This record gives sequence, structure tokens and C-alpha cells, in this order.
Amino acid sequence: MIHTLDVTKEHCPMTFVKVKIALSKLSEGDILEVKLTDGEPLENVPRTATEQGFEVLSTTETETPGIYTVEIKK
Amino acid sequence: MTHAIPQLDPTKKKLSIIAFSGDFDKLTAVFTLATGAAAVGYEVNIFFTFWGLDAIKRKLGRSPVGKGFLPKVFGVFMGGLKSAPVSRLNFLGLSPKIFRYLMRKNNVATLEELVDAAVALDVNFYACEMAMVVLGLQKTDFLPHVKDVLGVASFLKLSEDGQTLFI
Repeated sequence: MIHTLDVTKEHCPMTFVKVKIALSKLSEGDILEVKLTDGEPLENVPRTATEQGFEVLSTTETETPGIYTVEIKK
Repeated sequence: MTHAIPQLDPTKKKLSIIAFSGDFDKLTAVFTLATGAAAVGYEVNIFFTFWGLDAIKRKLGRSPVGKGFLPKVFGVFMGGLKSAPVSRLNFLGLSPKIFRYLMRKNNVATLEELVDAAVALDVNFYACEMAMVVLGLQKTDFLPHVKDVLGVASFLKLSEDGQTLFI
């Protein structure tokens, strides 16, 4: 199952907090597509997801410059 | 009184915060650090003492919480999370209202949202036994998320081998 989460309007620490809460609700094999901004969220969300045992499938820039989509699999 | 210290994961990074202040701005710092750290995989402990205990009261506004006349008076004057003053330029409680407005307007998490996030992320809340005795407070006066009532020795054991902050 694919879940989506947009944290582009959020600021520290809610960018990470919302991702963490969404990740904790995933079942095995589920994918979370996170839309986030360049800078701290882009640097930290994929890194901490990997550290916590999730698999980062892809990081792609959207049509809007500075906005990225990160696919994370449990 | 003896307390069961939870068995902690030694491989996990750990942040322990002593929340001494009941000020709106300092509590915002406490809960921003706590939720941010928990979100990136830290184990987080917050030890609430003295004015910091106001942040975890079940009653969010001004209320005569506490056992005895003086604690009740204190309870009304100090209040809970909703009546936390800012540490500078409080203007009789006007400034926290302005801050809440600015936070909402700029889509920054408010203090109440940060506390909810800390609960959702399972940040460990502990209350200081000594301060509770002085202020006439009981565990039932606090949020149910408060895990235990501790003294210094237990807190030191909990925070061992991690980072500790006093706010």
C-alpha cells in the first residue's frame, strides 16, 4: 500500500515528527511517499529513515524547484 | 520508595532534558528538542521539576490543583500549559497569546501541538518527587502519559551515557 505525506509547509521539528509518526503506522511492505523541501528535511528525512531500518527507494525532484519526493519502504 | 528503572536500549542515542522552567518560550525549546530528537530515533527522557511541572498538569488553565491551601494558591497563580508566561516581555500574559498567533500564522507547531507530538512519539515524561511534595502535587494531577515519579538518583541512572540538558 502506498501512503502519501506532504511536509512542505511544515517547519522544524514537525517535518521529522510527521514523517516519523507516518512511518510508525506503516505495515511491512508499505511505501510512504513524502513530499518535502530542499535543505534540512531533504538531508535528514532519508538519512534517519535508513538509520531506523527503512529502505529509501528514491529521491526525485518534482516539477516545482526545491520540492522533492522521497519514497520510503518498510 | 523504589522505582523500577525501565530497561533501555544501549544501542540507541539518548537525550535527557531537565525541564525546570515553566516559561512558554523555554518549554517550547524543551518540546522542540524532545520531539525532534525522538523523531530522528533518539530515546528521550524529560524530567519535569519545579515550574516545569506546570507543563504536564492535567488542567491546562489556572486551577486550584494541589493539596492544601498554599499549593492551591500556587496552582491558581501558576496554572498549566495554557497559562505559561514568556520569560521576557510577558505583558501580563499578552505575549504568549501573540506568540501562539504568530506560530499558527507561520505554520510553526504551537506548544500544545509539540506536547501532543511528544506523547505520540512516546517521549518519556518523569515528574520530580521532591518538587511535587513542596507544591502539594500528586501523580494524578498530571497527564496520564507521565511514566513515573522520580528522584535525582533515578534520573541520573536514566540519563547515563546520553546527553543531558537543563532548561
